[in-house]
Amino acid sequence: MINPRTQELKNSRAESWEPKIAAFLCNWCSYAGADLAGTSRREYPPNIRIIRLPCSGRVNPLFVLKCLMDGADGVLIAGCHTGDCHYSEGNYYARRRFAILKKLFEFLGIDPRRFQMAWVSASEGDKWVKVVKELVEEIKKAGPILAKS
Amino acid sequence: MKIGVFICHCGTNISATVDVEKVAQVTSKLAKVHFSTTYLYMCSNPGQELIKKAIKEKGLDRIVVCSCSPSLHEKTFRKCAEEAGINPYLVEIANIREHCSWVHRDKKEATLKAIDIVRLAVAKVSRDKPLVKTYVPIEKRVLIIGGGISGIQSAIDIAFAKYPVTIVERESSIGGRMARFDKTFPTLDCAACILTPKMVTVSQSQYVTIYTCSEIEEVSGHVGDFKVKIRKRARSVDINKCTGCGACYAKCPVKVSAKFDMNLGLRKAIYVPFPQAVPNVPVIDRQNCLWFSAKNASGGTKKACGLCKKICNFGAIDYDMQDEIIEEKFGAIIVATGFTQFDHSVYGEYGYGKYKDVVTGLHFERMASSSGPTGGKIIRPSDGKEARDVVFIQCVGSRDEQKGVPYCSRICCMYTAKHALLLKEHNKDAQAYVFYIDIRAAGKNYEEFVKKVQDEYGAIYLRGRVSRIFEKGGKIIVRGADTLSGAQIEIKADLVVLATGLIARPETVKLAQMLHIPYDQNRLFTEAHPKLAPVETVTSGIFLTGACQSPKDIPDSVATASAASVKALGLLLQDKLEKEPLIAKVDRNLCSGCRACVVACPFNAIDMKEIEDRALKCKRDVAEVVEGVCTGCGNCTVVCRMSAIDIEGFSNRQIMEEIEAL
Ligand code: FES
Repeated sequence: MINPRTQELKNSRAESWEPKIAAFLCNWCSYAGADLAGTSRREYPPNIRIIRLPCSGRVNPLFVLKCLMDGADGVLIAGCHTGDCHYSEGNYYARRRFAILKKLFEFLGIDPRRFQMAWVSASEGDKWVKVVKELVEEIKKAGPILAKS
Repeated sequence: MKIGVFICHCGTNISATVDVEKVAQVTSKLAKVHFSTTYLYMCSNPGQELIKKAIKEKGLDRIVVCSCSPSLHEKTFRKCAEEAGINPYLVEIANIREHCSWVHRDKKEATLKAIDIVRLAVAKVSRDKPLVKTYVPIEKRVLIIGGGISGIQSAIDIAFAKYPVTIVERESSIGGRMARFDKTFPTLDCAACILTPKMVTVSQSQYVTIYTCSEIEEVSGHVGDFKVKIRKRARSVDINKCTGCGACYAKCPVKVSAKFDMNLGLRKAIYVPFPQAVPNVPVIDRQNCLWFSAKNASGGTKKACGLCKKICNFGAIDYDMQDEIIEEKFGAIIVATGFTQFDHSVYGEYGYGKYKDVVTGLHFERMASSSGPTGGKIIRPSDGKEARDVVFIQCVGSRDEQKGVPYCSRICCMYTAKHALLLKEHNKDAQAYVFYIDIRAAGKNYEEFVKKVQDEYGAIYLRGRVSRIFEKGGKIIVRGADTLSGAQIEIKADLVVLATGLIARPETVKLAQMLHIPYDQNRLFTEAHPKLAPVETVTSGIFLTGACQSPKDIPDSVATASAASVKALGLLLQDKLEKEPLIAKVDRNLCSGCRACVVACPFNAIDMKEIEDRALKCKRDVAEVVEGVCTGCGNCTVVCRMSAIDIEGFSNRQIMEEIEAL
C-alpha cells in the first residue's frame, strides 16, 4: 500500500527526478560538523534533509525503514567517530545495529547503496560536504526508489 | 493547535539565498500552522518582541523559529516563548542558515529546501510536549587538570572567591612549561620571577589542593556532579614528612640526564626538577634508582643502595609507597593540559634530529637561564664551546600541511626574536641569523620588539626557507635562499635553533574521550564557539584554558585561565543546576520488565522498581529512570521491544512525524 503523500511525490517527481535523502545526525558531532560546513560556506547539493537526534544510538532501524517506505531515495546516519560519542557507547551500538540492517536490506533486495553510515566530527565540515556529495552521486546512480516498487 | 512560524532574514545571511517571503507564504498554508511571518533579525529584541506579541495576539500555543543552528539560539527562543506564556519546550528551531542558505547558491533550490526544513520542524513541534526543568544539586568544587601557568592562574582566581579547587599535575612540581623559560617577550621579565610567586600563592592557599605526580584515571557523571578517579603515582617520598632540605639528592650517587633541562644537564635519581619546585619535595625516578634496580634484579643478589633513606632525618623516604587511587567529586572541570613541542626529526633538511648542535627553542631557553644547565651560557651541546654564529629557523612543523600542522603556532616569531636578543646579551660578539617566512608579531608591543631586535641587536632576518643543514669541519652549514634578494645563502653556524611549533599533547584524545569533549583534526580541544564561547566546551561544566585549545602565549593563557575560572565560578554560585528535561521516560503500562534498557544504558540510569498492577491484580517490576543520571542519549529506546521507553523532545512519535513530512 502506498500512502497518499507517497503517491503525490511519485507523480510530482516523474519527470525531473532529484533524489531526496533523509539524514539522521547526532547532535554533538555530525550536526555540529554540518553546522561548520555552513559557517565555512562550503557548498553541497540540496538533496539532504537533516533530522537532529541526540546520538546515533537513538536511531531506531524502524526510522530507516520508514524513510524508505515514505519515499526517501536514501538514508544516511552520521555520528561521532568511534570512541568520541558524547555518551561513550552510542555509536558502537549504532554501528552494530546498522551492519545488521544493511545485511537485511541486501536480503530483501533493497539496493545497499540507499543506506549509508558516516562518522563526521564537529570539526569536519569538509568531510560532511564530501559525504553528502558522494552519497547524492550514489543515490542518483541507484535511481528513484519508487520506480522500483 | 495553533503553530506560529517565524522566519528570520538574518540580515541577508538567509534572505540572500532563501526567499523568506515565499517560505512564509507556503508554510502558512500547512495544516496546524496558524500564523507565519518574517523579520530582519528574529534574535534581536524587536524580533523577540514580535514573537511574544504574535503569541499573545494570535493565541499561538507552539512556535517554530526558522533561523540559525539550534546550538546558537535555541535557548534564546525558548526563553522568549516562556516569557510570552507558553512552555519553553513547545519551541523548535528550523536551521535554515547553516544547513541551507549558507551551503547552497541557487535561490530556487535553497527556498524549496528551506520550506522542507520548516515542514519538518512543524511536524516535530506538533508532537512536542510541555516539559518542566529538573534541578540537580552542585558539588561546589573545581578540578583543574594541569598545573602550568593556565592551571595555576585558574586556581588562584577560584581560591580568591573562596571555593575549593584541586590541581592535578602529571609532573612532580607545578609550573609547567613556563618554569623552563628564561625570559618572557616582549618585556623580558624573568619567567621564574613572575611565575614562582604565583606557584607559592597557589600552594599556600587553604582552598587549593595540589596533587602532583598524578593523572586522571576516569571521569563519570555530569555538570555539577563529576566523579573523578585520580591516580597518584608513587613518589617514594612522603610529602608530609619531607622538609625539602635536599640532603637526599646531595647524597644520591646516580646521575642521569635531566628532562627538565632538555637533557642538557644531569640530575640525580632522587631529584626536584628545578630549585623553585612546588611542592619542594623530591621524587624518586624508580627506573634509575639503584635501590629499585637491585630490588627488581633477579635473585636480589645486587646490594641495594638505600643512601637517601639513611641520610633523611625525617623518615620521609618510602620505598614501599604504592600508586594510590583517589575518588573525588567536582562540580566543574577546567582543562589546562597545555601543549608539547613538535618533533623536528621528520625533517630531512634539518638533519632528522641527528645533529647535536641543531636544537629547539626550549633547549635555548634552558641554556639562556642562569639557573640552567649551562649557567646561562649559549653553548654548542656537541663540544660545550660558546656559540657565536647562531641560525634560527622559524615555522618548523607549523604551517606545513605535509609533515607538520597546518596552523601557525603564534608564538614562535616572538620567541625567536627574544632568543636573538638574549643571544646578543649573553655574548656581545654573537650574531643571530633568522630564517623566516612571515613575521607574525600581533600583540601589544610585539611588532616594536621585533623591530628593536633587528635594529638595535643587529639580528639579520632572511626571508626564505632553509633547504639543507649539514655538519662540516665542526660547523653546521646552513644553506637556504633569501627570497627578497634572490641570493643563495650559506652560513657556517655554531648552533642552529629550530622554532618548533606547538602541538597537542599525545594523551589529549584519551582525555577528550574521558571527558566527552570534542577535539579537532589537530587533536586540540574544541571550544563551544570559536568567537563567543572560546573557553567553554559543548559539554556543560567543562572549560578550556591555555594552549590545549590552540597555541597561546603567556598573556593569552592567563586571560583564558581567568575567563575559565569565571565560567566555573558562575556555575558554583547557583544554588542548584537546571537540567534539561529531555530525558528518557517509561510508560509503566507498556513496560514488560524485560530489562533490555537497563543493560543498554551507558550510564546505569535505569533501575527496576516493583509496582502494584491494579489491572492484573499483581505486583510486577518495571523500569524506572533515575532523572539526575539520565543524559537523554536514547539508546534505551531502540532496544525496548514494547516502545515503553521514550525520549522527551526526541520521541518516536516526533521522529516518525518528521519522516512523514520529508
Ligand atoms: S553523540 Fe554522536 S554518536 Fe553518540
